[in-house]
Amino acid sequence: MTGYLTALRAIVWREALRFVHQRERFIAALVRPLVWLLVFAAGFRAALGVSIIAPYATYITYETYIVPGLCGMIMLFNGMQSSLSLVYDREMGSMKLLLTSPLPRGWLLLSKLIGSTAISVLQVYAFLAIAAAFGITAPPLGYLTVLPALVVTGVMLGALGLLLSSFISQLENFAGVMNFVIFPMFFLSSALYPLWKMAESSELLHAICAFNPFTHGVELIRFALYQQLNLPALGWVLLATAIFSLGAIRGYDPARGMKGRKG
Amino acid sequence: MKTTTALALILMMGAPALADEIWVTNEKDDTVSVIDTDTLEVIQTYATGERPRGITFSHDYSRVYICASDSDAVQVIDPATGEILHDLPSGEDPEQFVLHPDDVHLYIANEDDAITTVVNTQTRKVVAQIDVGVEPEGMAVSPDGKIAITTSETTNMAHWIDTGTQELFANTLVDSRPRHAEFTRDGSEMWVSSEIGGTLTVFDTATQTEKAKITFEIKGIHPDRVQPVGFEFTEGDSHVFVALGPSNHVAVVNARTYEVEDYILVGRRVWHMAFNSDRTRLFTTNGVSGDVTVIDVAGRKALKSIKVGRFPWGAAFRPTD
Repeated sequence: MTGYLTALRAIVWREALRFVHQRERFIAALVRPLVWLLVFAAGFRAALGVSIIAPYATYITYETYIVPGLCGMIMLFNGMQSSLSLVYDREMGSMKLLLTSPLPRGWLLLSKLIGSTAISVLQVYAFLAIAAAFGITAPPLGYLTVLPALVVTGVMLGALGLLLSSFISQLENFAGVMNFVIFPMFFLSSALYPLWKMAESSELLHAICAFNPFTHGVELIRFALYQQLNLPALGWVLLATAIFSLGAIRGYDPARGMKGRKG
Repeated sequence: MKTTTALALILMMGAPALADEIWVTNEKDDTVSVIDTDTLEVIQTYATGERPRGITFSHDYSRVYICASDSDAVQVIDPATGEILHDLPSGEDPEQFVLHPDDVHLYIANEDDAITTVVNTQTRKVVAQIDVGVEPEGMAVSPDGKIAITTSETTNMAHWIDTGTQELFANTLVDSRPRHAEFTRDGSEMWVSSEIGGTLTVFDTATQTEKAKITFEIKGIHPDRVQPVGFEFTEGDSHVFVALGPSNHVAVVNARTYEVEDYILVGRRVWHMAFNSDRTRLFTTNGVSGDVTVIDVAGRKALKSIKVGRFPWGAAFRPTD
């Protein structure tokens, strides 16, 4: 049992150290959503108010609407970042060292997941604090109730990152992840516009958005920020987490996964 | 002693707690919606005459008066049952009115006839008809009951009526399309909103001269959309909440410095409003979106928007205990 805890502590600590040492990463992680919030949202300001949709009880500005989506964006990028770091580890050889541990792969991956999720959550809270300083706030209790939603969504996106890293053999391929995973996931979701708006322009796009697990992560965060539980979104996120995690475990299984990989 | 305590307990626990109400006229539905001020839900909808707009209660809240504009009548309704008791002769197209502090005389603006009609609610007779400007709308009466005001939308004037003689004694120009008028509680000031002019003008009641003018500017919204209509004073007259029409915002004005302190996002085309009993919550009627937004007065935040009928227009408060 101590072995498990030592591995967990070591992996989480390594994640934390890596994060602290990459100050630019922290700044970039905050600047990205802030640019969206303060520049992009300013263009779409909707000063006349966004129509009422759950969980909002009244009219809101566009800035208020996109905050949960931007929380999701931070976690999505962070999940991918941790995927990138695994690929880097593999290239540098430090992954071999990690995988020689006698502990089950699943535990090592879970430890990695916990580490990256904790960092994601911290980044989201830093972003929410800055947004609040600009007057874009949620109900006070919402900042507490959003925590479980952030953890669940963070784990889902972290698991997705792990799964992807099991397929990517070289750092150079990471650009593909940006184009084929992050952007579609972000834009084909309810992060920037309500789903009913999507349905107005295309039923197909609406269906894709409704299928996208990132949409459900964002909605889970949105409802939790307003002290409400969106059960269908939670179910969808948990299901996606299970699928991504199993895929990642399989991908890192020396007997089955990582085949065709040279690292 | 025991019996008294038990009785008190039964009364406290058993009797259903009656919440206060906000009554809202729905211009296009010919109905009035009743909102519970605690649960913030519509608890009742009553039928009215055609195109209900202005609404006010008698001082003991036993009667509600509603301007049924297209029925050319002021309807008197029993608020306990929603039953229309009788109509008052109002002149043509009554839009807004104000009840005199004597609780008897209603001063009614007849939009199509350019007159203000004074009706005795007890005898149900017209007491006087006063010629005013074109399209009269905003109505106010001073707390001492000596002055009544009619604002005329097309003439762009506030008409000062001596309620003793029922005659005009002054006319003052205001900005384009004056829609609403109110006196401060001490009667020293009279405020008028100008919808197209986009201003709020403050008059000194004693001299009928302009004391201040308030303008509005909302970031990201074209000035043409900023159209002040209804407004209400907070407790102690320290602030004024002003409905800014199609800008979908309510402004908070400091009534001492005449400066705008805040803007609150509400529903579409906000026109009129009513406070709850302790003036901690404000209910605004949003015509185009067909809802009423509840504002937390201290926090200056919109709490909830409640769906009512089509094109909600006027709002009035009714305590139920």
